[in-house]
Amino acid sequence: MVSITTESVLVALEDVCDPEIPTISVVDMGIITDVVVHDTGSVRVTMTPTFVGCPAIDVMKHDVEQAVRSLGVGSVEVLVNFDVPWSTNRLTEKGRAALLKHGLAPPPEQFDTLALELDVLNNVACPYCGSRKTTLKSPFGPTLCRSLHYCNSCLQAFEGFKPI
Amino acid sequence: MNTEACQDLLFRMADDELILAHRHSEWTGLGPLLEEDIAFSSIAQDKLGHAQALYTILHEHFGQADPDTLAFMRNEIDMRCSHFVELPNGEYDFSLIRHFLFDAAEYMRWTALAQSSFEPLAKLAVKIRGELKYHVYHAQTWVKQLGAQGSEESHARMQTALREAWPYALGMFEQTDADASLIAESVFIGESEVCQQWLAFITPTLQEANLVLPEQSEPVYGGRKGYHTEHLQPLLTEMTEVYRIDPSAQW
Repeated sequence: MVSITTESVLVALEDVCDPEIPTISVVDMGIITDVVVHDTGSVRVTMTPTFVGCPAIDVMKHDVEQAVRSLGVGSVEVLVNFDVPWSTNRLTEKGRAALLKHGLAPPPEQFDTLALELDVLNNVACPYCGSRKTTLKSPFGPTLCRSLHYCNSCLQAFEGFKPI
Repeated sequence: MNTEACQDLLFRMADDELILAHRHSEWTGLGPLLEEDIAFSSIAQDKLGHAQALYTILHEHFGQADPDTLAFMRNEIDMRCSHFVELPNGEYDFSLIRHFLFDAAEYMRWTALAQSSFEPLAKLAVKIRGELKYHVYHAQTWVKQLGAQGSEESHARMQTALREAWPYALGMFEQTDADASLIAESVFIGESEVCQQWLAFITPTLQEANLVLPEQSEPVYGGRKGYHTEHLQPLLTEMTEVYRIDPSAQW
């Protein structure tokens, strides 16, 4: 049997996607906050939701458990907590590219999570033409993590992944 | 730690979130604009998530029933929500003003709780505060738009809604016997302090919106002690109708 390591668990988790944005894995989304492989061979994965009320977390929790089991691990524990709060700063470069591929404007990099100013939501780069002549239409979109924008250059409405 | 006091705080916060989530969700499909329909529905979903997280703390740290049971199976007299969140939505102007006043208070409350000596609450606060920024931003945008940049009618409606909401909004800060202990143990800064911070926070926005803060008025208290408006029971009946048919059903 291949020995299980933190790395091999993370590789397996790269196949688990967010059901609301199927082009991005839970790893690149930054919602996996801890992986522990015990000497006994059991594995504990800790996750944190993007939004407290994220309705997809139970599905992802189930999928994460299945993915680790598929490595031949018998005992898998998946915890969901807020020990490490999720922020868009946790998205990987690959994750940001995956969002763009899905037609979602990635959030600003290294967003100041303490600032109340949300001016950064205006002038986000259009995922279709790259123009920054864009306007925020609403901070709430089809899922909790998305906002609605309009590009004044290519005249397209688009969605953004909102910084948090 | 005074566990009774801590549970009192958790229940009043969770119940406010749950009941206002239900009120906001009543806008789903009925919003004046598609974007507002989505906004109120999204805010409702966030608030429901916050309520669930608070009930989960009550369950995991204080041995209370599971979150669904706490949300759906308690009687009206056991609810600790403020009268403000119980009131019917009315027209969009009232819902918007309530959303603004409530979320500004939430923002102050959760910002303070990020420093709480009760760690599970402090961790949750860091997370929730980030989400509340969007609620506050949304409310401020529309209050200013309809107050200062709309028509004579929109301004008059906002001013009237503010006047009607005001005594109830003040009622959000009703103190309970728990406050002294919560303050002493650094769990929470207390309702009186949050109220002061809230007033300082909302005043500039209301000024920009050309809205006048109502004169001295008597806060409407009672919710934190289990006395409620006639609007709460019908809401609970509707909200729990499906759950009560078969509480053991798996979804």
